[in-house]
Formats: sequence, C-alpha cells, structure tokens
Amino acid sequence: MIKKSLASRHSGLSSSENQLKLLEAEGAFPNFSDKLLSAGLFPLKPTAINILQVNLGKMCNQVCAHCHVDAGPDRKEIMTLETMNECLAALRENKFGILDLTGGAPEMNPQFRWFVAEAAALGVHIIVRCNLTIIVANKKYNDLPQFYRDHKVEVVSSLPFYQADRTDRQRGEGVFKDSITALKMLNGVGYGIDGLLQLNLVYNPAGAFLPGSQEQLEKDFKRELKLQYDIDFNNLYCITNMPISRYLEYLLNSGNYEKYMDRLVSAFNPVAAASVMCRNTISIGWDGYLYDCDFNQMLDLKVNGSVDHIRDFKMVEMNERDIVVKQHCYGCTAGTGSSCGGSTT
Amino acid sequence: MSNNNQDHYYNADDLKKFGNIGEFGQDLADKFFSYYGAVFAEGALTAREKSLIALAVSHTVQCPYCIDAYSTDATEKGCSEQQMMEAVHVAAAIKGGASLVHGVQMMNKVKSISM
Repeated sequence: MIKKSLASRHSGLSSSENQLKLLEAEGAFPNFSDKLLSAGLFPLKPTAINILQVNLGKMCNQVCAHCHVDAGPDRKEIMTLETMNECLAALRENKFGILDLTGGAPEMNPQFRWFVAEAAALGVHIIVRCNLTIIVANKKYNDLPQFYRDHKVEVVSSLPFYQADRTDRQRGEGVFKDSITALKMLNGVGYGIDGLLQLNLVYNPAGAFLPGSQEQLEKDFKRELKLQYDIDFNNLYCITNMPISRYLEYLLNSGNYEKYMDRLVSAFNPVAAASVMCRNTISIGWDGYLYDCDFNQMLDLKVNGSVDHIRDFKMVEMNERDIVVKQHCYGCTAGTGSSCGGSTT
Repeated sequence: MSNNNQDHYYNADDLKKFGNIGEFGQDLADKFFSYYGAVFAEGALTAREKSLIALAVSHTVQCPYCIDAYSTDATEKGCSEQQMMEAVHVAAAIKGGASLVHGVQMMNKVKSISM
C-alpha cells in the first residue's frame, strides 16, 4: 500500500505533462476526438451548465491507491477564503442548481464549514464528497454528520466494496472499519433513512477492471451492508477509474496499462459520450482556475476561451466553449458511462 | 510461412481476436455470438450467477482464454474472491469426483477377475 503522494515521492507521474505525454503517445490508441467525431459529438459542447464543482484542496487524511487528485496528508494546496468568496459570487450571479464540493478531503479546509453555510444560505443544493474516515479521524470532525444534516447537504462517499479486504487494498489499512463507523454515525442523524437526507455511496473498482451493472451492485451493497452492519444508504454510483495520476501509476506498475486502455477504447459507447458530465459541470481548482472536469483539472487542462478563473466567470461564454478532450476521456464513455453521479446511460 | 504465433499454442492477445472468428465462416460465427449473447443475458439466473458458472466451467475445460475473461467478468460483476474460489472448487470437486467415481468401475473389474 502506498503511503505518500506522487508529488512527495518526486515521481515522474506527478507531472501532468508526463502523464499526457504517455496518454497521448501517437498511434498507441485510437484518438478520442475521432471517436467523438464519428458519434457526431466533436467538438464537444456543453448542454447547459448546472453544476459548480469546487475542489477545496488536495489535502486528505487518506492516500488511496487510485486517487486521481494525488491527494494526501502531505499535500498543502487548499482554497483560500478569497477564492471561496469568488465562488460564492459566481453562485449568486449565475443560475447553478448544484454546488458539488470535493478534494482531497474538503472538510480539512479550515473555511469549509463557513463556505457550506454561506452557500446553503443562497439556497443552492450542496453535495459534499466525504471520504467517511474524516468523520472519525479527529474529534473536531465527529460532529460533521450533524453539520451536514443542519445544512441539508447531500453526502456522497466512496466505498469500493462491502468487504474490508478489497476496500482496504484501495483506500488503506483500516479504512473499511472506520468507514462503517462513519456510516453508522450518518445513519444515526437520519442520513440514508430520512428521504431529505441523501447518503449515496460510490463504487470505484479496486483494480484494473471496469464497474459492472450499477443496479446489480447497488442491490448487493444494500443487502450486505444491511445484513452485516445494519447500514442504510440511498444510491450506489459506479465510477470508472480514470487512467491518470496514482491510478495510472498502479496500471503501469501492475502491467495493466495497455490492457486497461484497450478495454476502455473497445467499450466506447456513443450514448454514454453524449451524457458526459463535463457538458453540464464546471470544475474549479483550489486556486480558482476553471476546468471542464476534475480530471482535466488534475492534468492542468484549463477550459478553452479567454476566461479561465472563477473571478471572471461568465455563464454565456462557458456554455459556448469547446470542451477539452484527451485520451483519458475514454474513462467516462466506456460501457454504461461514468460520471460523478455514476453511470450515465 | 513463418508466423510467430505458431511457436506456441496459446497467446493472450488472441482472446481479442475471438470476434474475428467469422473470417472463415461468418454465418456460423454470427449464429454463435448471437446465441452466446442470449445465454449470458439476465434470465431466470442473474448475469452474475451465469458469470460464476462460466468461471467454474472455464476451469473444468481448462481454457485459459475463458479463465481470463470470466475472472475479469465475475470481478466486474461484484463477485468476491471467496465466491470465485468457491466456484472453482465446485468445478474441481466435480472433475475430481468424475475421476474418482470411475474407481467403482475399477473395483468391479478387479473383483470380477479375482478369486
């Protein structure tokens, strides 16, 4: 199990330039934009932006083997109050339905609770991508379930499997046990039980394979978590691992890179391509820069156009831009598709 | 004619070429793949149950292509390592039992020729 981020290990893969060089190697795999072209989707355009996804920083209490952010306790990049205020201004001045907070562990940002309270006062629906273990990582986080409940936050949490071994292989020793404790605490304040308090789990394959049927896996998770731990939740979202950052490192080290890419390419689904999340989402980096999605953000691929920072956000311009696509985008278009909200078809 | 693939009987990359089997007979290949797809669709058995059966049978027929394919498929369908190993043991038990049960024939024969 890895203990440190690529950045702190000074790995070559910590450079987005190196990752892109590998992913974009000429002739290695069919060009993603050609696939979109054949599906009548190139250049890829937004449908209508409705989700503001804000990455509050790369700091995290976990060092998951598949993390596309290369997050960890050794990452210090976090969003400042000034940038948060710029995000709030964009929320006030534009019509967003959803504010989606991610990280790292977004709760480790010292201004997290203030930001959530301010956004909640604007009436926007808030999603927090909570890794669960943060709730039990330190006393100061133990009341997060009550805080979420008070602000009607939707909680979306990763749990790669309903058994400890597979979960811990991906997310670290002891993560499953702590996740179960945290899920019980969330259930304890009504999450997953009260219809207004949504608790959704995320399934990421713990290895070099694609997620299976979301519907079937959700049934399995619900049955096993209820039976073994008396835990309730609302929906399971299946998300395909993107071949970038630490997951790319895993693919290369395990000799699975070519096979995995082949699999993604051969599973290209034009219907899934039409429903990719970058068509209705704008992603904000910890430093306020704009990206088409959290994956492009980690590859330092800023949005096309003259505006590239949240302080200058203009909805009209954003809705007219060409979305930046590269070879890693095959991850969102394989099989039944993948997004932050699970399968897209 | 020289062909690297002739140096050995199994090549993992050949699995990807399975779909090309119609090159020497498209009509039968089409019928096979249509039948194959229907067999593995959700039915009275779930797609996951069928995947575990396929994994067990793969071991019985000792097909490395099938073992590769259905180890991945069963994992993707959410089967645990324990479930997959139990399926393989079912295959091993039947295959072992099939050998052992012929011991009765051996015993019958030995008894028939013995005083």
